[in-house]
Amino acid sequence: MAISITVNGTQYETDAPSETPLLWVLRDELGLTGTKFGCGIAACGACTVHLDGQAVRSCQVPLSDVDGDVTTIEGLAETRYRALQDAWARNQVAQCGFCQSGQIMQAADLLAEIPEPSDADIDAAMGGNLCRCGTYTGIRAAIHDAARALNGGGAG
Amino acid sequence: MSRLGKITRRTLLVGAVAVAGGAAFGVYQIRRPVENPLRPEEGVTLNPYVIIDQSGISIIAPRAEMGQGVHTTLAALVAEELDADWEAVRVLHGPPAAAYFNGALAHGALPVADYAMRDWQRRVTDGLGAASKLLGLQVTGGSTSTVDAFERMRLAGAGAREALKAVAAERLGVAVAELRTEKGHVIAPDGSEIDYRDLAEEAATRDVPRVDLRPQSEWKLLGRSLPRSDMQAKVSGAAQFSTDIVLPGMKCATVRICPYLGGGMERFDPAPALEVPGVEHVLDLGNGVAVVARNTWAAMQGAEAVEIDWTQSPLPTSTEAMFEQIAEAFDERHNSRMRNDGRPDDQEAQLEVEYRVPFLAHSTMEPMGATAWLQDGHLTLWVGNQAPREHLKVAAEAAGLSEEDVTLHTVFLGGGFGRRVETDVTRQAAMIAAMLPGIPIRLTWSREEDMRHDFYRPAAIARIRGAVAEGRATLFDAKIAAPSVTRQAIGRLAGREMGGPDKGHVEGAFDQPYAIPHYRVAGHLADLDVPVGFWRAVGNSFNGFFHESFIDELAHAAGRDPLHFRLDHVAPESAVAAGVLDAVRDLSDWDSPLPEGRARGVAMTWSFGTPTAVVLELDKTDGPIRITRAFMACDPGLVLDPAIVRAQMESGLIYGLSAALLGEITFTEGRADQGNFPDYDGLRIFNSPRIDVTILQENPHMGGVGEPGTPPAMPALANALYALTGQRARSLPLIHQADFLI
Ligand code: FES
Ligand code: FES
Repeated sequence: MAISITVNGTQYETDAPSETPLLWVLRDELGLTGTKFGCGIAACGACTVHLDGQAVRSCQVPLSDVDGDVTTIEGLAETRYRALQDAWARNQVAQCGFCQSGQIMQAADLLAEIPEPSDADIDAAMGGNLCRCGTYTGIRAAIHDAARALNGGGAG
Repeated sequence: MSRLGKITRRTLLVGAVAVAGGAAFGVYQIRRPVENPLRPEEGVTLNPYVIIDQSGISIIAPRAEMGQGVHTTLAALVAEELDADWEAVRVLHGPPAAAYFNGALAHGALPVADYAMRDWQRRVTDGLGAASKLLGLQVTGGSTSTVDAFERMRLAGAGAREALKAVAAERLGVAVAELRTEKGHVIAPDGSEIDYRDLAEEAATRDVPRVDLRPQSEWKLLGRSLPRSDMQAKVSGAAQFSTDIVLPGMKCATVRICPYLGGGMERFDPAPALEVPGVEHVLDLGNGVAVVARNTWAAMQGAEAVEIDWTQSPLPTSTEAMFEQIAEAFDERHNSRMRNDGRPDDQEAQLEVEYRVPFLAHSTMEPMGATAWLQDGHLTLWVGNQAPREHLKVAAEAAGLSEEDVTLHTVFLGGGFGRRVETDVTRQAAMIAAMLPGIPIRLTWSREEDMRHDFYRPAAIARIRGAVAEGRATLFDAKIAAPSVTRQAIGRLAGREMGGPDKGHVEGAFDQPYAIPHYRVAGHLADLDVPVGFWRAVGNSFNGFFHESFIDELAHAAGRDPLHFRLDHVAPESAVAAGVLDAVRDLSDWDSPLPEGRARGVAMTWSFGTPTAVVLELDKTDGPIRITRAFMACDPGLVLDPAIVRAQMESGLIYGLSAALLGEITFTEGRADQGNFPDYDGLRIFNSPRIDVTILQENPHMGGVGEPGTPPAMPALANALYALTGQRARSLPLIHQADFLI
């Protein structure tokens, strides 16, 4: 039976088995490959997307549990959190880039909860997102930078 | 001048060939023209670095972009001379081609410490570069890419610029000297502009004038931190990695290969897998199976469900037994003694210690993967890789095709660190595609498959004797035993055993710039068949730890401050290396003492032509030990993009600290005990230090930056732990020995 989900404002029908994790529905069934697979067990954060605005590990959410709007990195530019992508570019954060979709989606969730996060807030919120290239300095700077931009302080 | 000749501007010429609607400009070598990989008309042999057609300017950066920013720096070399508009330039991975050989890899070939290399030796290795071209090693590794491209890519840009100007001069009826170039345009004396695109087609038909390269003082792009060419794609989710290619009718695959390394598959029953919804095929790969399904999840569920009887691994059954086998190499004659100063055998040792480091996985963020499609007898692959010619060859073999019938696209690498030189996943993708002709295959490994089928950084043991007198080291006598990466990996790559002294095995130990009267480093190659491969910084990754931990022990034995002790021994050997120690001392405020509960450690390793010093600061005043600060100083010589150098230093440091603190692969019955990140993790944002980097440019020779940050990170951490707790860690990872924040 086809299941209908809304991703980045577009409605999709899929007949993938209902236990299929959202990650693989996005990547393999819908062709939205910006969301990445790193571990499959909620240990790396590469697959982070938003479900009704909240960050979730899409490798852990079966299709049958997708009961709200999904936003992926491909759709983030249409939201106010485009500011994060801009800050990421200003701070030249990405190296290999593979973890960065997940990092940015997680950071968007953080800024939704805490508009002006401290370093400790960043540590607490971003600890589940691994970056094997070690771009943490840039990630921290870009989050502060995006927070300033979103709070009307202008890009720093 | 060596007989092989030196690759210089005198032997490199710029040429142009026509492409649809424009021209491709590049460099070829007079002595040994190579086949043009972009297939222009016959007879023209060219190594194209820039294509100007109606769509604009594309620069070919024939090295793998794995995060190290190489595309940006290589493209900037061309753009600098070409006067291209940086924001508008497109950067492409080149096709696999012998023309893109990496000449600088040969710099590692002489049994001489880099810091002590004489000019004649550099010329000889430049000649060897020409020889490595015969092997066609289009390899991204050894932190060599920028060094290799420095002249050639600028020449291509300069030649193209002058050819375009020549066409414009004719058209305008003015002298070439009256024309300027800026942002992709030729500018006439009256200020009118002609777009390069409108000149390129004609420029392709004539000889490219010889030009001198611009002096550094005129550079506009080089030497500055540029916006990276890959950044927008990587923050928008658009960047394509090996498994992000979308093709019509594509199926998703995964593999399950015998985890008992060296073992095989006795029998398998596909039936339970075929019952998993979405699974379509279970294929026999010889030493395991591939499962093909509608999506990767179904394929992975299916792979788990296949019932398989594996055969045993021939490897020792425990990690302890493996270390015993490594230690046996000490009983055999040494393979190398690349440092052998004074009379170490006549010296009384005051310290005799043994160090051990474990096997390590690369654990790239992106698990291994590839996309492959066999259509009408032609195989097309998309795979992020560090050696495209080898991957192409292996794919052709696996699919039973000739190399002309294979096209390989190098896409972005989700981390390389040496892992993606290896061709295993490409071979599998080609095999699967060949078994299912017409169906595009997206092959993705599980994290567990990735961690259990790595080409590991070898475990290694060092036994070191040392002595001090009057505040100075008098004896440093080390023996190092490990399986040889050089033998295994070059053997896989070149198809033949490498004989002779193995420099890679002892790099980071024999070639350090210390003045010690009795100083010897012997390499012993262990006979152990665990698959080992290039892991960021290769031999330096363990030898840096051995060497710099022991130097620290000597400093303490002499009752000296470990940084000043180092400086006293380094300054007489190398002013450049002393410079980075001085710089890191200032940066870290080394000479001002820290309060109780905090401490610093230092280490310095000269690797890939770049001396790099690290000071780490630890803090245990607030619960578990935290790595609060890191200070780095490096001297890679001329710096083309400071932000990229800084990013690579930070990256190398975090990679090294992750390994030193957490990294360990152990084996039971030949199967890696670790399968996923909870067992083999890296540093996270909350336990990474704040990092400061000083970049010096006193080194007269350009060095690499992708790897040199890794080796000193590990001993700096162990040395800081000693300063903090008095506990000397002679094995890694440290998490077994101290309570760190994780
Ligand atoms: S893939 Fe989902 S957290 Fe790693
Ligand atoms: S940028 Fe490579 S893993 Fe984060």
